[in-house]
Amino acid sequence: MELPPSHSPATRAAALAAAFVCYRRGSPGRGLALRAVRRAVRQGIDGVGTKYHLELLLEDILDKDRTVNCTAEVFYHLGNKTTAPDVQFTIEGELKNADEADDIFYKRIKSLEKELVAENIPDSHGNVSPEMEPVRLLAWAASGYVVWQNSTENTKFQLAQIKHVKQVKRSDEYLEFDYTILLHEMVSQEIIPWQMTVLWHPRHGVQVTQDSQKPKHTSE
Amino acid sequence: MGFKKLWGAVGTQDGLSWLLLMRVLLLLAALVAAATGTETFVGHQVLRIVPTNDEELQKVEELQNLEELQLDFWLAPRRLGHPVDIRVPFPSLQPVKAHLEANGISYSIMIKDVQALVDRERMEMLRSRRQLPLSTNTFDYTTYHTLDEIYAFIDLLVAENPNLVSKLEIGQSTEKRPLYVLKFSKGGTNRPAIWIDTGIHSREWVTQASGVWFAKKIVQDHENDEGLASILDKMDIFLEIVTNPDGFAFTQTQNRLWRKTRSKNSGSLCVGVDPNRNWDAGFGGSGASGNPCSETYRGPYANSEPEVKAIVDFVKNHGNIKAFISIHSYSQLLLYPYGYTTTPVPDQKELHEISQKAVAALSSLYGTSYDYGSIITTIYQASGGTIDWTYNQGIKYSFTFELRDTGRYGFLLPASQIVPTAQETWLALQVIMQHARDHLY
Repeated sequence: MELPPSHSPATRAAALAAAFVCYRRGSPGRGLALRAVRRAVRQGIDGVGTKYHLELLLEDILDKDRTVNCTAEVFYHLGNKTTAPDVQFTIEGELKNADEADDIFYKRIKSLEKELVAENIPDSHGNVSPEMEPVRLLAWAASGYVVWQNSTENTKFQLAQIKHVKQVKRSDEYLEFDYTILLHEMVSQEIIPWQMTVLWHPRHGVQVTQDSQKPKHTSE
Repeated sequence: MGFKKLWGAVGTQDGLSWLLLMRVLLLLAALVAAATGTETFVGHQVLRIVPTNDEELQKVEELQNLEELQLDFWLAPRRLGHPVDIRVPFPSLQPVKAHLEANGISYSIMIKDVQALVDRERMEMLRSRRQLPLSTNTFDYTTYHTLDEIYAFIDLLVAENPNLVSKLEIGQSTEKRPLYVLKFSKGGTNRPAIWIDTGIHSREWVTQASGVWFAKKIVQDHENDEGLASILDKMDIFLEIVTNPDGFAFTQTQNRLWRKTRSKNSGSLCVGVDPNRNWDAGFGGSGASGNPCSETYRGPYANSEPEVKAIVDFVKNHGNIKAFISIHSYSQLLLYPYGYTTTPVPDQKELHEISQKAVAALSSLYGTSYDYGSIITTIYQASGGTIDWTYNQGIKYSFTFELRDTGRYGFLLPASQIVPTAQETWLALQVIMQHARDHLY
């Protein structure tokens, strides 16, 4: 069934697909975001789940004029809360090459004497310092994993803020960061604190090795 | 007060004959001032006299010699046609004025109360030390402001444009903060009106900031912009910039992502009610939570929140509001009712067409793309929402905006985007307002 692209079932599935793409293709030097939903088709599969076929337009966060078309299939498993939706995608055309930016970040962090520590990215006024932008893009990519794992047809997540990030020094070639992020869930409007341990290497992509929802403080 | 009685009793034309009494009183005043170490200008006035002939000039010059009057010549008498400015202490006002009048010398009151001026100047000096703007022209629209700064802006705007703008207090928040609404009116009585509110959800900072910009924009354009001028010829505009001041203060001090009001919930540690689930439209139904800890908690009953009740009362008492626009962020959407039910509103077609036009206008400025539609189809089911209630009250042109962006920064929109967001949104607002103006019902 053809869905109006502006209607919520389509936009939620699209947000999930975009998050998954960010996880698979994002890095400190590259961030992707959903620009538009061109087309959405929903197909219910009795007793099994719901499938969405999507045609999306994605933009490069660092270069707004640069967009790529993306087709994606999202499959929400019926009633199963523990299984993440299946997502597959194809990107038409080339994404901007992030190798140089990634390498610069990699070398910079590897050469730090003291582990990187930072909070509140962006800050209350939306500021992100240039040095923190790659740290943020890495979180953007890694949060795509968390979003993917926790999405249903009734959720729409966005990364609201990095509350805290701490580098964990490793003896191997990987960079490791321990993030506490705030996810904004659009339907419930909740702000959900989430911890994630992120591993990254320029040639090996982003991995979330550990993640868990954190308790919210009721006094806030 | 006693002075008036004395002079009144005598009924004399020339008050100078009471100088003896004056001397005693002035002496007392001087003693008090010396004792307390302060000099006060309460009730002092500055009079301006422009002598037009030699006789007048002479009479004014004579005043200089009467030390008991303690006159302070800011501009001393010099020549005909040149103004003479005299600061007259309160006790001397009556005798001096009587003297001038008795001699047929006209004067004008340049400063009605010198102390008030001194006080204002002192405040302004304090302000400029803390770098608060002295006018809405020096106010920085490209940054986020505190509640105090916005309330000061409101007062400045009213003071600068008393013929167009007035400030109404429609109620108080839970924590007893005043709820201010700006009224923009070119006259008339209870004209059909447009209502705009920003900041009902406190974390949506670009909305309060845009509200401030809208206020200034209305003042700037109300005469030279044809569209706005013609709107104001027929209609009033009401603008509530900080609709949830308690929440806003909380986002500044404790939790930048606070959404709700700050009311205490009995039997719960959790604070606050979602002010956009607290209206009497589908209240209690799906699309809001009954859990006080939830961000969409509807509250114990409809209009339990004073911030909401104040607007409800205002709208009902006004009785002539024709368009109601409640502004949120983020998602880049223009929405019309309903949120609580899938039943389309009777005016769906018209509202959809207006939305299309408004969104096109918005996009035309910076290419920002918006979707539009009813709340329930476009974002989610939401019960107890603002514009569902206003629509059911008969306010046909009820809209909600979700401003920039679509999630890259979300609530934490960089300040550099405030003005572009406000500018493009204003174009959409004008479409809605003009449509209302042309289709009054």
